[in-house]
Amino acid sequence: MQMADTPYQFPDASGHFGPYGGVFVAETLMPALAELREAYAACQNDPEFVAEFEYELKHYVGRPSPIYHAKRWSGILGGAQIYLKREDLNHTGAHKVNNCIGQALVARRMGKPRVIAETGAGQHGVATATVAARYGMECVVYMGSEDVKRQVANVYRMKLLGATVVPVESGSKTLKDALNEAMRDWVTNIADTFYIIGTVAGPHPYPMMVRDFQSVIGKECLVQMPEMVGRQPDYVIACVGGGSNAMGIFHPYIGVPGVKLIGVEAAGDGIETGRHSASLSAGRPGVLHGNRTYLLQNEDGQIIETHSISAGLDYPGVGPEHAWLKDAALADYVGITDDEALQAFHNLCRLEGIIPALESSHALAYAAKLAPTLPKDKILLVNLSGRGDKDMHTVAERSGIQF
Amino acid sequence: MSRIQTVFQRLQGEGRKALIPFVTAGFPEPALTLPLMRALVEGGADIIELGVPFSDPMADGPTIQRASECALAQGMSMRKVLDAVRAFRSENAATPVVLMGYANPIEAMGVETFVAAARDAGVDGMLVVDYPPEESVAFAGAAKGAGLDPIFLLAPTSSEQRFADVAAVGSGYIYYVSLKGVTGSGKLDIDEVARRIPQIRAAVGMPVGVGFGIRDADSARRIGAVADAVVIGSRIIEEIEQSPRDEAAQRVAAFMRGIREALDTIGSAKGVTQ
Repeated sequence: MQMADTPYQFPDASGHFGPYGGVFVAETLMPALAELREAYAACQNDPEFVAEFEYELKHYVGRPSPIYHAKRWSGILGGAQIYLKREDLNHTGAHKVNNCIGQALVARRMGKPRVIAETGAGQHGVATATVAARYGMECVVYMGSEDVKRQVANVYRMKLLGATVVPVESGSKTLKDALNEAMRDWVTNIADTFYIIGTVAGPHPYPMMVRDFQSVIGKECLVQMPEMVGRQPDYVIACVGGGSNAMGIFHPYIGVPGVKLIGVEAAGDGIETGRHSASLSAGRPGVLHGNRTYLLQNEDGQIIETHSISAGLDYPGVGPEHAWLKDAALADYVGITDDEALQAFHNLCRLEGIIPALESSHALAYAAKLAPTLPKDKILLVNLSGRGDKDMHTVAERSGIQF
Repeated sequence: MSRIQTVFQRLQGEGRKALIPFVTAGFPEPALTLPLMRALVEGGADIIELGVPFSDPMADGPTIQRASECALAQGMSMRKVLDAVRAFRSENAATPVVLMGYANPIEAMGVETFVAAARDAGVDGMLVVDYPPEESVAFAGAAKGAGLDPIFLLAPTSSEQRFADVAAVGSGYIYYVSLKGVTGSGKLDIDEVARRIPQIRAAVGMPVGVGFGIRDADSARRIGAVADAVVIGSRIIEEIEQSPRDEAAQRVAAFMRGIREALDTIGSAKGVTQ
């Protein structure tokens, strides 16, 4: 829901956020996207759809997710107070499920019995497999073969839930290649298949639709923060890969006076090394995966391989609305390195008894940098977008531990 | 009149169908692009579609993706593709060259710069897979302004409204994707194609080429009987993959001759000149 006094109205009717977004796909997909736009518009205006979505979020996902004051950590950092929006407590352990339920309900209304998805870290794949099981749909998940190796446990979870996981061997064998392959499946099986895109990217209406479903995060915060502390936060901080958790918490806060929005990208080994996934900080606009946005690309317009310790941020593009928020100076985007994210990961484990996802650890790390520079009465709200169980192997390996 | 329009007009007068082969520039190695283009012409190509390699070819199947990866690994780039066209054009002033690829390498160069460079190199048309009509008004305008044909796709899923949308911005010819799916995949439904082509041709007022799924003389002949042009891509890439490097051009020319002969039986067998 838009704040009444804000002029922010994006995307436009053709799916553009300023120069970004749009529908950059082959002709074969155009009618399917038109069909989806119509179906989604009908759902938005249907009180039964809205009621069913809200029921599922409450009783199946466990919403609203709480906000938690990380008092001990804040005290040690010695500055602003850090509050965590606990998306890690959702069913399936991350924010991804909010969107999957929304899209699965749209798919069901469109009469599509088969859903497909791409996944990086596996969180979106698990969430999709989960809702497919819940609604009795066939489910195929495309995953880069590199990610299949990095995320063995999530691959097994998807299989337990009845999904078919297809390892993708082309290109860099990561998220972007899984997305390419899912698009190919969709184009081939358009009649019976619904493509559940996991982030606020892809051709219109996906960036808008995923944002709408994820906006439940920010809408809850708008209510919860005044209840907890009597006011809205000074900063809202979230990690950005494709950017769905960030968009979900940012969007309801756009235009709210006094609230700064900060997106945290994966700086990997450091922006200056070239081994990172910071599309907004170090990329430039181009066209990929159905939308115009900031991309990590070479001089010739070829997409380059990205790096991040967290598979979920390891993507060369970013949702087009983030590109617009950056250009319009409605949000700031910063980078956090692998090492900084790991430090925050360990700190949250040891000081608050919460094991965060490596993706979310990027947002935490930025909060940990920012907090000491601010007075103690300032409030940082961090979207703790997922839990870190899936990252045990990655973290252990970095510490030289073998299971 | 553009070089592409000239070709279609001549063929129509002769009662023949256009044969449009596709090769990926820089595959299997950059030095072979010019010899392969020559071989395509020797084998009877009327127009050449030259693939501009892209790192993320979403609308292509595994064959063309492999060819793109192979070309990129050897340093192929948009500038080098244009260099190849320039070299071809210096020895062949008649055969149109259509660049086929994705939006990002064009946007990375800048639309205006690209269109000017393409024109100067001797390119005749561009088919940008992920530029549907609604996202390419500026691009199509710039292309036409430089005398280049912006070529668009239509698909089995396209409505009559789409025919009109495409006709409003496109020129040269329409590329009808005969299958749902990616390049090199699936099974061709020739009856469906035969039903759709006359509708499309009437709606767009341009010649209609058909591609995706044409693999041999028989399918080429059957598609050629209903379309104005036959596009063959993945099958040629496979021919190149399976050939020793020094025989690739020769074998591609031989494969093309088989298709050419099949297409040229259409008019005489039916005794029609369209």
